[in-house]
Amino acid sequence: MKRIALLFLLLTLALPARAQDTFVAALPGLGGNFSSQVEAAERLGTLGDPRAIPALRALSDGRLLRRADGSLVIREANTLTDAATGAPVQPDSAELARININNRVRVALRGALGRLQLVSPDPAERLAAAEAVFRTRSAENIPLLEAAVARERLSHIRDRMALALAASRTVSNDAEAKRAGIAALGASSSPDARAVLLEARAQNADLTGEIDAAVAAIDTRLAIRRGVETAFQGLSLGSVLLLAALGLAVTFGVMGVINMAHGEFVMLGAYTTYAVQELCRGTPWLLPWALPLSVPAAFLVAAACGATLERGLIRHLYGRPLETLLMTFGVGMMIQQAVRLAFGAQNREVLSPVWMQGTLLLPLDIPVTQNRVWILCFSLVVLLLVVAAIRFTRFGLEMRAVTQRRPVAAAMGIRTGRVDSLTFAFGSGIAGIAGVALSQIDNVSPNLGTGYIIDSFLVVVFGGVGSLAGALIGAFGLGIINKVMEPWVGAVLAKVVVLVAIMLFIQRRPRGLFAQKGRAAEA
Amino acid sequence: MTKTFRITRRAALLGAAGALAAPGIKPSFAQSAPIKVGVLHSLSGTMAISETALRDTVLMMVEWQNSRGGIGGRHLEAVVVDPASNWPLFAEKARELLQVHKVDVTFGCWTSVSRKSVLPVFEELNGLLFYPVQYEGEEESKNIFYTGAAPNQQAIPAVEYLMSADGGEAKRIALLGTDYVYPRTTNRILRAFLNSKGISDADIMEEYTPFGHSDWQGIVSRVKRFAGEGKKTAIVSTINGDANVPFYRELGNQGVKAEDIPSVAFSVGEEELAGIDTKPLVGHLAAWNYFMSVESTVNTEFKNLWQAYIKNPRRVTNDPMEATFTGFKMWAQAVAQAGTTTVDAVRTAIIGQKVDAPCGYTEEMHANHHLSKPVMIGEVQENGQFNIVWKTPNAIPAENWSPFIPENANRRR
Amino acid sequence: MSIAVRPPAPLSLARLGLRAGLIAAMAALAAFPLLNMLPADNALHVSDFLVSVTGKWICYAILALSLDLAWGYAGILSLGHGAFFALGGYAMGMHLMRLIGPRGVYGHPVLPDFMVFLGYRELPWYWLGFDHFAFALLMIVLVPGLLAFLLGFLCFRSRITGVYLSIITQAMTYALMLAFFRNDMGFGGNNGFTDFKELLGMPLNTSGARASLFYASLIALVGCYLLCRWITGTKYGRVLTAIRDAESRVRFLGYSVTSHKLFAFVLSAMMAGLAGALYVPQVGIINPGEFSPSNSIEAVIWVAVGGRGTLVGALLGAFTVNGLKTWLTSAAPDLWLFVLGGLFVAVTLFLPRGLIGLLQKVQK
Repeated sequence: MKRIALLFLLLTLALPARAQDTFVAALPGLGGNFSSQVEAAERLGTLGDPRAIPALRALSDGRLLRRADGSLVIREANTLTDAATGAPVQPDSAELARININNRVRVALRGALGRLQLVSPDPAERLAAAEAVFRTRSAENIPLLEAAVARERLSHIRDRMALALAASRTVSNDAEAKRAGIAALGASSSPDARAVLLEARAQNADLTGEIDAAVAAIDTRLAIRRGVETAFQGLSLGSVLLLAALGLAVTFGVMGVINMAHGEFVMLGAYTTYAVQELCRGTPWLLPWALPLSVPAAFLVAAACGATLERGLIRHLYGRPLETLLMTFGVGMMIQQAVRLAFGAQNREVLSPVWMQGTLLLPLDIPVTQNRVWILCFSLVVLLLVVAAIRFTRFGLEMRAVTQRRPVAAAMGIRTGRVDSLTFAFGSGIAGIAGVALSQIDNVSPNLGTGYIIDSFLVVVFGGVGSLAGALIGAFGLGIINKVMEPWVGAVLAKVVVLVAIMLFIQRRPRGLFAQKGRAAEA
Repeated sequence: MTKTFRITRRAALLGAAGALAAPGIKPSFAQSAPIKVGVLHSLSGTMAISETALRDTVLMMVEWQNSRGGIGGRHLEAVVVDPASNWPLFAEKARELLQVHKVDVTFGCWTSVSRKSVLPVFEELNGLLFYPVQYEGEEESKNIFYTGAAPNQQAIPAVEYLMSADGGEAKRIALLGTDYVYPRTTNRILRAFLNSKGISDADIMEEYTPFGHSDWQGIVSRVKRFAGEGKKTAIVSTINGDANVPFYRELGNQGVKAEDIPSVAFSVGEEELAGIDTKPLVGHLAAWNYFMSVESTVNTEFKNLWQAYIKNPRRVTNDPMEATFTGFKMWAQAVAQAGTTTVDAVRTAIIGQKVDAPCGYTEEMHANHHLSKPVMIGEVQENGQFNIVWKTPNAIPAENWSPFIPENANRRR
Repeated sequence: MSIAVRPPAPLSLARLGLRAGLIAAMAALAAFPLLNMLPADNALHVSDFLVSVTGKWICYAILALSLDLAWGYAGILSLGHGAFFALGGYAMGMHLMRLIGPRGVYGHPVLPDFMVFLGYRELPWYWLGFDHFAFALLMIVLVPGLLAFLLGFLCFRSRITGVYLSIITQAMTYALMLAFFRNDMGFGGNNGFTDFKELLGMPLNTSGARASLFYASLIALVGCYLLCRWITGTKYGRVLTAIRDAESRVRFLGYSVTSHKLFAFVLSAMMAGLAGALYVPQVGIINPGEFSPSNSIEAVIWVAVGGRGTLVGALLGAFTVNGLKTWLTSAAPDLWLFVLGGLFVAVTLFLPRGLIGLLQKVQK
């Protein structure tokens, strides 16, 4: 069989017979133990035969299978092809074994694929290849990279290739090439380049001066970047706090109702996201839309629960905020246990859509994670919508009227009871929406909400009860302070310090940053 | 089933024969009063997420044992209580199980603090507790049997692997953990171990976070920075339960690939991964004594038993469940051999018991109340399972008093 | 505040009944350890478990009493009383840890085990003195009292009341919880303190020690109750109640609201600390979980369930809720949260004056 395949290859492809031999000879190594896999991958990488690409890629994706006779088969969706010949293979899966790899093999595969794909027609593959070759950095790659840089038209790929070239030069034997490499790396602002320089420093005692200068140059550029990064992390933490606190700002701030079950509404929102995703699983084209669809669903579910809670229980306790607090604590206990019994105590998996995965590079090469960017934007959109709902709708007008002067509002014909229910449902619905966002960064478990309740209360009190602007400034302020302090004192102490600072702040300004004036403040 | 549980049956026969042969011991099996099995796992509160599965495992084993006629003709009866992730309540419930329900054996606890809380109760009332979770060691009690791993059965082999050629030859280690005693002690042991391997303190980063920590942005970017010092870096994670999902999400999103900065975790199993999309995490590692993907006949039996019991063909098994399973069988063998459920008799009979565990090895209870266990390193796969890339050739005995803690130097071993 | 001023009712039949009931209940409690000595098959035998669990409830009752003084009489709804309780507990725990001496697993003469394996070389300064019982006793009331004084002084001076005060106290206990969870604090982190050996020369794991602790707690409970009763009956107590119901008016009348409230708050915190100190040797563990905000809220709920502003109600509430919890976590491990949560909802909705209110209604 093998011989026939070889013959077939020899006849069809106009490649030198020697390369044929080496390619076919190296290939089975991919099915051996980890060491022979590494060896084979490196060999295939140096051979430069593009026919190795599918096999290498299949191995790294876990799609390369081994037949009983040791020959290799690539699985592509539902078809099987021979790795050596590319000829289709009859599926006789009984004798096909999956080939496992480990990290060492992965590194070798990445390097080999990188070499082979530097000339790929697909820009994304070339970029990945440049990245991979940068990590492998071997002197053998220098001519290859020089050619690739010369040929490359797209500037961002060319930059990356140039960096890979520079990195490879640092490990060459030619002192001039080394110097050039160091200088090129020093001109970048990449932390990876810095790591390569430091690695080179350990091996080249004679070049320490140049390397130190290059590292220092990168460090100054990185310092600015780190500042922006910390600020972003603070904003991101703030956006989470804002989302969790917004609903509370409505129910507590506007209505004066202390809802200890607020965290449980957030949790219900997260579980709704899970439920919507499971419903969408049946129809594959819907699955990418599961998360956007969850937003209204979570709002409705949480709002319905909120309305029920308000109509059924809270309504009877108006004017007794402390009793409401205790009662809703009991309600929270029950909701939590109900969810635990219904869905199980284990975490539920909520998938992230592709557009929320990975890292986004802002100008200046500042890396930010996609999901956090989305949540940050999302929190601001939600805030704007809440403000708009309160400012520009009939319901918002009535809500403000009831908040300011309940008897007068009632006298004007506003059904205050109904407005109360709607307001509470609205606030709870926002909590549900927060749950959708939190499902992307935290556990979807029955305990999800408990972690956020105290922080949300503090944001609302710190910002000023009843003030949405206060909630905004409060949340982002706390987020940033927390993140700025974290590297010095650790995550726990940072939080403790922030808590103590808020407590002291409230002593100075009992009504928070944006104090409400007038009668509402006397409640 | 007949084949797999051969040893158990043989031991049971031997035990029964021994009990009949010994003239002094009256087989208490004659009484038909049920054997009571206490279950002390949190069903509510923060630990419910991990512990409910263990409650179900014990109930499953009780049912399984009963379906085989109980032990020596005596029926088993489970007594379930909810200590609600509240540590003083653990002590109260332990006392209740022993004094009010008069249980013969208890399976329970997950966190070290819950075990520390019930330990004096079990010692005072001479109870029997099987503790199924990997822990920091530095403890020994005549009333507790530890069926999870001690640090030498998990942490040290895992770090050795990271430093090996296959593991990526790490020269710099970031120790990340939740701030409680297990990570603290494990990391202290690891630091001493790393120092002994020539890794200086400058190449070790140690950071702790509170329970349920959900914002890992800062720490992950600090780890990336720590890794950018020109030496191959690896993460050793003793992050506990709930905080793992956000941690791994952040690793994935910040593009920390296993090829560049591999991480090995000691508290992340199949149950934890069930809550994460594992595609970006392929290649990250976990060290345990059992993975669901182990291929052994006992494991197949175990998985089938579990999925049938829980009526969900997709439910996963994990290491503490396996430890519960093994511990239960060991206890059942010891009771059968001793011919009684009396704590003192069972305690003597259990030493030296061997069980073919689902991990594919024969585990033995040693005189230090710990099991010999194999160590396995698994790589996370896309389907949320682990692919075992390394394992010890044999089950290794536990060192519950670590030689890397200097204060243990003059302890008799 | 909606609770109306209760008129200083004459010694009505209902009140007499309540008082008799209270005395009978205390006497019955006092007999528990004695009944424990009866043979196990005697009908009146009280099991070891019941004695130990009742000892724990008595400590909770003291905590409830202290909260009732602050909330029921002074109108200070503290959602952080668990912190005072835990601080008292930690002070006692430190004493107990020092008494272990060289009997720890590492056999270090001075350092507790957790310090040994965390690599401490010597005892931190704030651990000094705790080997003396008298010093520990002082700290048990002083530390919570001092914290209450600081917090109360700042809050009451800037006239923070109601919900705001509740949230601040909650933040306080939350911050303390996070801080105590840190191993670097030198308080044993998440594990806290366990494995105590003895107190005042008594080994702790004997029924004799349990009985002694039980009586100590009972005496403390009765003492605290009588103290609270006396205080609330004095003129000071009346002013306190007036502050609860109309703070501004009392201020306009020329009373120093701040100092009145401060005294009640500090005294209440000290009582909570005492309760915590008695609690720790009985349950055998103190750890940062005691600071968790939900513990404090639960304590407030005991008072609400029993009936706030009545003192007896606090006791009744603490015993009822904790009794239910002990029973239900075994009897219905999956459903007990529904029962307890439902009870909280029902009491706040239908029994604004708690079980005591219900009892009084029934008696009438």
